[in-house]
Amino acid sequence: MRRILIMGATSAIAEATAREFAALGAALFLVGRDSARLSAIADDLRLRGASQVDTQVMDARALDDYPQLVDAASARLGGLDTALIAHGTLTDQAAAQASIALLDDEFRVNALSQMALCTVLGNRFEAQGHGCIAVISSVAGDRGRQSNYVYGAAKAAVTAFTSGLRQRLHPKGVVVLTIKPGFVDTPMTATFRKGPLWATPAQVARTIVRAIQQRRAVLYTPWFWWPIMLIIRHLPEALFRRLRL
Amino acid sequence: MRGSPSWGRLPGAEPQWLAIGSRHQALPERASMLPWGNGRSYGDSCRNDGGVLLAAGALDRYIAFDPATGIIEVEAGVQLAAIIALALPHGWFPAVTPGTRWVTVGGCIANDVHGKNHHRAGSFGHHLLDFELLRSDGTVLHCSPTEHRDWFDATIGGLGLTGLIRRARMQLQRVGGPWLRGDSLRFGSLAEFFALSACSEPDYAYTVAWLDCSASGRHRGRGIFLRANHAPATVAGPQQEAAGRALRLPFTPPLSAVNRLSLRAFNTLYFHRPAAQARERLWHYRPFFYPLDAIADWNRLYGPRGFYQYQCVLPAADAETVLDEMLARIAASGLGSFLVVLKTFGAQRSRGLLSFARPGVTLALDFPNRGAATLALLDALDRLTLDAGGAVYPAKDARMSAAAFQQYFPQWQAFARYIDPKFSSSFWRRVTGSTTA
Repeated sequence: MRRILIMGATSAIAEATAREFAALGAALFLVGRDSARLSAIADDLRLRGASQVDTQVMDARALDDYPQLVDAASARLGGLDTALIAHGTLTDQAAAQASIALLDDEFRVNALSQMALCTVLGNRFEAQGHGCIAVISSVAGDRGRQSNYVYGAAKAAVTAFTSGLRQRLHPKGVVVLTIKPGFVDTPMTATFRKGPLWATPAQVARTIVRAIQQRRAVLYTPWFWWPIMLIIRHLPEALFRRLRL
Repeated sequence: MRGSPSWGRLPGAEPQWLAIGSRHQALPERASMLPWGNGRSYGDSCRNDGGVLLAAGALDRYIAFDPATGIIEVEAGVQLAAIIALALPHGWFPAVTPGTRWVTVGGCIANDVHGKNHHRAGSFGHHLLDFELLRSDGTVLHCSPTEHRDWFDATIGGLGLTGLIRRARMQLQRVGGPWLRGDSLRFGSLAEFFALSACSEPDYAYTVAWLDCSASGRHRGRGIFLRANHAPATVAGPQQEAAGRALRLPFTPPLSAVNRLSLRAFNTLYFHRPAAQARERLWHYRPFFYPLDAIADWNRLYGPRGFYQYQCVLPAADAETVLDEMLARIAASGLGSFLVVLKTFGAQRSRGLLSFARPGVTLALDFPNRGAATLALLDALDRLTLDAGGAVYPAKDARMSAAAFQQYFPQWQAFARYIDPKFSSSFWRRVTGSTTA
């Protein structure tokens, strides 16, 4: 995982993970919307040990630009070994229930764009015969809940898509890792009341790097979300539909 | 995940948080805000009940570091631990460090913190080259000893009230490596402490003493004096000390574990342990500067009611008499703590308008919160400090009266002109008698 593309590099989880990569001396290509924030993060990662950091400004919605993006990253880093796809928004559920346009946009930002980038990267890594695509999905994608089913449905698409891609690329030596964080204390969730289930971006980042190194398929992070979601996934509908989750 | 916003964990209102994730971000539109770094201030100077706390811990990016000059530029949420991690391998160390490395640079500036080398290095502000201050009207002030100098001086020790510090540049000090070398010496009285301080300060960069606050009668004023210098690069101590295992207090005991019995036992054992008397010994920087960082969340030891810390500075002239009186009252009360620290401050004038450090001697100790009894004792200590012409440290305080504060810091009104109209803290409202958040 020496040459790494990070999509959504200004997100708290991506930045924390990039610090772990930097400490290992990796070369990084950071993609985000905000050039000032990208360059602040790039300066920091260089001091943290990254052997090279390049940045590119891009809106994740621009699906047609992904082939060009991957070419640029590969050209700057002299090839590509790993990609971390971490961009996304936390959907305002109430607003998305009331607006088809917002629903459409949320699916573009939280599902379609991840799948587009996975497609480009998957084909490239398949051709080169190695590589790892790590995609941040969410425990919210494991089962639709009334409090955030628009976001959850987009993440469910990402989870299903990466599962299929993993099967397809496994014989080719390419790893696809589906990452399912639970509650993470980031600016995205700053106004939420925090309980004991909340993790820091740094804690989540360490588990992501370990999972990449171990060529894992699915990562619930922190680990305790695996038994929690196992239970939630298996609750019978007769009961589940009465819950306020 | 976050519990109390302040280290003393005294009961208080549930805080409202807003995160600042980028130094390129504008301040939110709120009527009452207070920057919050890592919550290591003990009392209410890092609380803003009724308003919001701007959680700036995510402003934790390095900006630039020059291993040739030891000048480092960081975002204000970077902690000293992170500066040490980056700079020490290149032979640089913070020029001034308080007793924990889990403090942010913004917090170090806002409280103009001091360390065991105050007699030589002054306080944190003396090593600050410049910083950037964001005001709620969107103005960005670049402050240094030559540019916006009045804002520079108001913000150093300015308790976070002058605006949000976004980035800062400071000069680190050259060191040989992670080790310190010096002596640990028992002393039997305050007179001996002052004599040891006077004879050690010319030769040692760091001096500090631990006092046995439960000792009474002829033992009153006894303690252990530490003095040390950074050791040259060729020196290395035992590996297990360098490894620095960290423990964590995993829960809050239902009652304070600090009581008359445990205090007396701990203090007596600590004073008599063999390591208390050792010459030419080596310390790794972690146990030397940050002994309490080895036990994460040690502040929970005081139970769910939390604790007060009292830190005062007394002018040198009457310091011995006043300290003796303070120790007598503390010992008689049976309140008090494991870690009582005594240290002489140097003559260097602090940079900040509202800085705490001033020539004299400073005493710091914790008191478990036992309600009225604790407050009465602290008020009694305050009267002694006031009469002596001393001052109490705002970063540690949760209870001093407005009258006391205004006498300790007569320049407070001059300072008030620099407060951002949308910034406030529970501390500031308390000590200025203002009621609205």
